[in-house]
Amino acid sequence: MVDKMIFGALLLVAGFLFTKRILFIKRNILLGKDEDRSDRKSERWMTMALVALGQSKMVARPVAGILHILVYLGFIIINIEMLEIVIDGLTGSHRAFAGLGSLYTVLIASFEVLALLVLVACAIFLVRRHVIAIARFKSPEMGGWPSLDATIILVAEILLMSAFLTMNAADAIAMAENLDHYEGIVVSESAFPISSIIAGLLDGVSDSNIVLIERFCWWFHIAGVLSFLVYVPYSKHFHIFLAFPNTYYSNLEEKGRLDNMASVKKEVDLMMDPNVDPYTATAEGESEEPPRFGVKDANDLSWKQLMEAYSCTECGRCTSECPANTTGKLLSPRKIMMDSRDRIEEIGKNIDANGGEFKPDGKSLVGSYITEEELWACTSCQACVEACPINISPMGIILDMRRSLIMEESKSPEPITSMFNNIENNGAPWAFPAATRGDWINNV
Amino acid sequence: MADFKVPTMGEMLALGESPEVLFWVGCAGSFDDRAKRITKAIAKILNYAGVKFAVLGSEESCTGDPAKRAGNEFLFQMQAAQNIAVLNGYGIKKIVTGCPHCFNVMKNEYPELGGEYDVQHHSQFIATLIAEGKLTLKDDHPFKGRRITFHDPCYLGRGNGEYVAPRSVIEALDAELVEMKRCKQRGLCCGAGGAQMFKEAERGNKEVNFERTDDAIETKAKTIATGCPFCNTMMTDGVKNSEKEGTVDVQDIAEMIATATDIID
Repeated sequence: MVDKMIFGALLLVAGFLFTKRILFIKRNILLGKDEDRSDRKSERWMTMALVALGQSKMVARPVAGILHILVYLGFIIINIEMLEIVIDGLTGSHRAFAGLGSLYTVLIASFEVLALLVLVACAIFLVRRHVIAIARFKSPEMGGWPSLDATIILVAEILLMSAFLTMNAADAIAMAENLDHYEGIVVSESAFPISSIIAGLLDGVSDSNIVLIERFCWWFHIAGVLSFLVYVPYSKHFHIFLAFPNTYYSNLEEKGRLDNMASVKKEVDLMMDPNVDPYTATAEGESEEPPRFGVKDANDLSWKQLMEAYSCTECGRCTSECPANTTGKLLSPRKIMMDSRDRIEEIGKNIDANGGEFKPDGKSLVGSYITEEELWACTSCQACVEACPINISPMGIILDMRRSLIMEESKSPEPITSMFNNIENNGAPWAFPAATRGDWINNV
Repeated sequence: MADFKVPTMGEMLALGESPEVLFWVGCAGSFDDRAKRITKAIAKILNYAGVKFAVLGSEESCTGDPAKRAGNEFLFQMQAAQNIAVLNGYGIKKIVTGCPHCFNVMKNEYPELGGEYDVQHHSQFIATLIAEGKLTLKDDHPFKGRRITFHDPCYLGRGNGEYVAPRSVIEALDAELVEMKRCKQRGLCCGAGGAQMFKEAERGNKEVNFERTDDAIETKAKTIATGCPFCNTMMTDGVKNSEKEGTVDVQDIAEMIATATDIID
């Protein structure tokens, strides 16, 4: 009885903490500006099926891609087992689904095989990060928490899978020997292709210790999974959920297309319209503060860009393909995403700490987190957008930040200012007179 | 090949005619000496293939692309409004551009601002002319069997998903097309996009165009083919930096076709 109550309490606490955190993130995402992504629904479902569920962009790098698919499949399929664990935990039954017979045998056996594969894949991931030290995991922005976060997740997965297999090993012995809690439950030996190897190591262990091992692993596994659930939304690992909405709301336009700012169009239309009287151009009631052009702080980003920031799993494929980054410049597209997320977190906490109202803290995303030097290094080549396995666009954020630098603060490198002046005066980025634009014709 | 006069839209209008296609030259193609050679090659190809075309001449203005990518949306939309007024005024339906940046902006960003045209990059237009048999290549042109690598312009490739047309043009030359290790979707930028062309690069340990030229030189290609006047400049500088200008040349695919059809001097 106490067992069941502890189990129920664990479930409730985990569910509460998880929900609370999800609501915080959702609110933060909705601090972003409007952006319409409600069109082309069937195309969106297809994109999600292909890119998130089908992991089509992961395999651009085959080793990481295939290992990732193993962990992903393992994660999803082994979680079917969670259903049984929850039923057992709440009702006091043992292996509630054992009655399924041969189907159960197949299920448990495949969980075991997957568990082993996940374990191996995670071990290889750890080696790639810490022994081979692949460059993209060692960029400056990966120091401290981001690196620790990745390690925690991989170690947690390994521990959970080990507990799962050890539990099965002890359980198989307990069931075979009809120990009290396990009496009368029959599961075929072939359900345990992997754990039977571990069972061999448990030869000669006393009955009471077998039960102790099985119970310990059972509790460790479920408590581990619930802790993981609570941990995930604080971690880069949150992509396991957000990858789905994030790909659903993908930018479906050509990658080369950059949005035409509606706020600017309104002003340009007014300027071009000879019938507009500039002194009465502002309609009644429209005198509220004009919108900020571009992005200076994280809440100037659109909700989709903020969702992307929370979806980013810091894999660094964007950064490793970025021409600026790979030639030693400060810009790292991954850092742009991480900074955007960290800043909106900070804004969210600030709002909560000040009774629902943001209290100015003298900081902003551009300036306090991201420098102008980073922003000016972007070639807008879209390599980061192409590389992202879940269709995030760091480039979109970078260019939106340039918009605020230029249109709000008139901050640009001197040659860029000249280029603007030339276009304005000569209709070309260089200082050639517009009248000579067609002169080449005479030399054909 | 006899000389011919490239007609402007104004001249055509005066004759009461309208062209089948407008050749949008772009700023580099109009003012940069190296890029002007590409412009002339495109004009000669259009003329040779019997395409009725015209240019805007001094009525053409920057599409606004470098301003937009540098963050100056106002200037971009002002340029767009001005260009769209001119293009719509002439009733232009079809445009071929000599630059992937102009191509991208006019194809993807102008429609929403009132400029809806059928826009093609010159590699696409030339590929179609070849497919239609409108360009006859000489038997003994210099690209036959030549080792050539194609550098994908970001705004043609990744930006608009066009990887086939420029390659089909090179294949039509009966050349040996070799790919760089980073190509197509994963092609490395030349370093000029996003208004970088007009400023110095930020602090780093290598210029992007040198890195990209190294990719090209690694293929042992004799010609680096480009489809963008800015890429052309960047790759040419890269080849010079590697002191390979004696063995590797950089040419736009339009120039290669013009040479192979014997319409360029």
